[in-house]
Amino acid sequence: MIILKASLRAAGLAAALALGAAPAAAAPLELKIMAPAGAGGGWDSAARAMQQVLMETGAAKSVQVVNVTGAGGTVGLAQFVNEARGSGSQLMVGGITMVGAIISNKAPVNLTQVTPIARLTGDPLVIVVPKNSPIRTVADLAGTVKQDTARTIWAGGSAGGADHILAALFAQAAGADAAKINYVAFSGGGEALAAMLGGRVTAGISGYGEFESQIKTGELRALALSSGKRLEGVDVPTLKEQGVDIELINWRGVFAGPDLSAEQKAAFAGAVDTMVASEPWAKVLKTRGWDNAFLPAEAFRSFIAAENERVGTVLKSIGLAK
Amino acid sequence: MDSLLSLGHGFLVAFEPTNLLFASIGVLLGTMVGVLPGIGPALTVALLLPVTFKLDPGGSLIMFAGIYYGGMYGGSTTAILINTPGESASVATAIEGNKMAKAGRGGPALATAAIGSFVAGIIATIGLAFLAPVLVKLAVGFGPWDYFALMVLAFVTVAATFGSSPLRGLTSLAVGILLGLVGIDQLTGQARLTFGVPELLDGVEVTTLAVGLFAIGEALHIAARHRANPEKPIPIKGSLWMTREDWKRSWKPWLRGVAFGFPIGALPAGGAEVPTFLSYTTEKRLSRHPEEFGNGAIEGVAGPEAANNASAAGTLVPLLTLGLPTSATAAIMLAGFQQYGLHPGPLLFAQEPDLVWGLVASLFIANAMLLVLNLPLIGLWVRLLAIPMPWLYGGILVFAAMGTIAANPSVVELGMLIGFGFLGLLMRRYDYPVAPAVVGLILGPMADSQLRRALQMSLGDPMILLENPGSATLLALAALALLAPFVMKGLSRYRIEED
Repeated sequence: MIILKASLRAAGLAAALALGAAPAAAAPLELKIMAPAGAGGGWDSAARAMQQVLMETGAAKSVQVVNVTGAGGTVGLAQFVNEARGSGSQLMVGGITMVGAIISNKAPVNLTQVTPIARLTGDPLVIVVPKNSPIRTVADLAGTVKQDTARTIWAGGSAGGADHILAALFAQAAGADAAKINYVAFSGGGEALAAMLGGRVTAGISGYGEFESQIKTGELRALALSSGKRLEGVDVPTLKEQGVDIELINWRGVFAGPDLSAEQKAAFAGAVDTMVASEPWAKVLKTRGWDNAFLPAEAFRSFIAAENERVGTVLKSIGLAK
Repeated sequence: MDSLLSLGHGFLVAFEPTNLLFASIGVLLGTMVGVLPGIGPALTVALLLPVTFKLDPGGSLIMFAGIYYGGMYGGSTTAILINTPGESASVATAIEGNKMAKAGRGGPALATAAIGSFVAGIIATIGLAFLAPVLVKLAVGFGPWDYFALMVLAFVTVAATFGSSPLRGLTSLAVGILLGLVGIDQLTGQARLTFGVPELLDGVEVTTLAVGLFAIGEALHIAARHRANPEKPIPIKGSLWMTREDWKRSWKPWLRGVAFGFPIGALPAGGAEVPTFLSYTTEKRLSRHPEEFGNGAIEGVAGPEAANNASAAGTLVPLLTLGLPTSATAAIMLAGFQQYGLHPGPLLFAQEPDLVWGLVASLFIANAMLLVLNLPLIGLWVRLLAIPMPWLYGGILVFAAMGTIAANPSVVELGMLIGFGFLGLLMRRYDYPVAPAVVGLILGPMADSQLRRALQMSLGDPMILLENPGSATLLALAALALLAPFVMKGLSRYRIEED
């Protein structure tokens, strides 16, 4: 990993030097990062964290963040595809919710039209039950879901989002019909958490960070994390450890516009690479509770293709997409 | 007693010169962004987050809280003066506030808004300091059925209150509810009434409708009648300051506004709009001068303004005690906490007493600063109204369009604003009240998804609405509010016949 990073950085440096020779791109990067959601959400905080670290490390001279709200990021994506074509100064943040939104909203644009630069973070989801629930293990929950799919009430984030997808995958893995799951979509982590604390639902799904303090105080019982490996310092097993073959993370990544030149791609990769390797970025990840899930451009592109396939299948199985 | 001691210690923290400086920067910025439509406190805090990264956590959080309170304060100014509510929480204020301004009483309207916000801010902050742990338990116990019952109560009271006849009020409300259906359905993720326009997928923005109906509709209406009936600039009548009578009519609405705003603001899905409308309708019912409502009644400004500021303090309850952000600004403040490695939640009060109590104490200080800042400005603000009519309304059109574009740079949004402007013109022309449409847009989607959530969780059994004590009580109140006027009418007729 270290070698990979070092070589990437070297590539970035080489690209920067190469660019330095070309008069048109002699100036250091002056970036505009689009957060295709309102201020305060996950994509907005990711964009603003990038802004801070890119400038702090000198990877970019100036960074401006713009918010374009709408429809799970698809409004922003459509605008980005138009405006950032061939642009060496515009980036956009996106994530798994956007993959789902493109499919269920039948958006005219999709992620194959933009240039993936890097996957940055991937937060594990956590499956919890209220503290006085009779369900104690993932096997208990799987049993309940299989036995009475429609009466098992799930609480989580927006319909078709990562939480919903995990509930559907879990039901399938438990041998139940995913089309029958009773998933109550709440508009924010807050309301879903209130429903969980009130003990009115069977199980809840959310980003681990959102439920963390309630899990630590024992108000909620964490059954499993959805990531491939455990979180450092967190005593919650993964689904895979407990024999449920599901791995799903709420990933966020960064994209550039369509039709980039090789030099432009290399310049972006270089800047992002400087950022993720830096001390301030490590600090941001730690304080925000984000899990590093860095993937360079090509690996990220194939990851998105696979994710698109999987999310599409799940959304069809729960009737959100045709 | 423990809380008192901690609060005293908090004041020591808040009175540190640097923290005082941060609080004053915060309220100043907050007031400014509150006055400018389109730039809300949420975006301001988001913009400042990276800048404050290196600063001391206490100081910057104090500044953020100042911005939040200041924004709530500033929003009322444009609502009163030019009928352009900068945020949805100021819509109720615009109804009577602008009528007062037009009657030459802009000074007292701004004053009762400023003092009411101050009083509400202080009381609600006391509530935050002492009642937070109790309140948060109640708030968490509030289920979808309770929310739905609260919405029903709001519908019933609001629809009957506006306009010259209940039918006109209900028609306008129905328009709002219809607009509220547009967009992605929260529970199934399916698009409704969007006609393939991606910008409509997120539904109609409340401020776009409010600014269109209120400000643009009004400007068009004035322009349409200008030749036949040229209006003169508004002379300022009487004192800029509140009279004895104004004080007498304001203090009760302030207190009642807090009683609505603080607890509802503390609910995870409560928000600031519902309490402002509940406060408005309550004041209209209780007022000794109901005939003044619709023509500029001071109670109708005092109550909602107090309610909206109290709800801002209310949102801090779940934020600090549970780490639940219930508004966009609170969400960014949560990010602010996390930036410093602090995790709001049950443990925060125990782990970081200095910071939490310093924050609470500085809310008191921010409130006092806002009052000092805003009262002298009133004299300056009301001079805006002396601008000749064509200039003033031309300016309002520019200001309203600019604000909408700033909030969401899209052609569709601007088109909707203009469309709603013409709708507002027609509604004024044919004497339909515009406020219920805004209420419908705010409450409709909430009632829709909360009812369906409730039924989803009860596996389809509607009795859940009556089985829970909270929702049953609220529904009973709604029934009472619906039937009471008829019963009273019947009784009074009976009495007259008896005479």
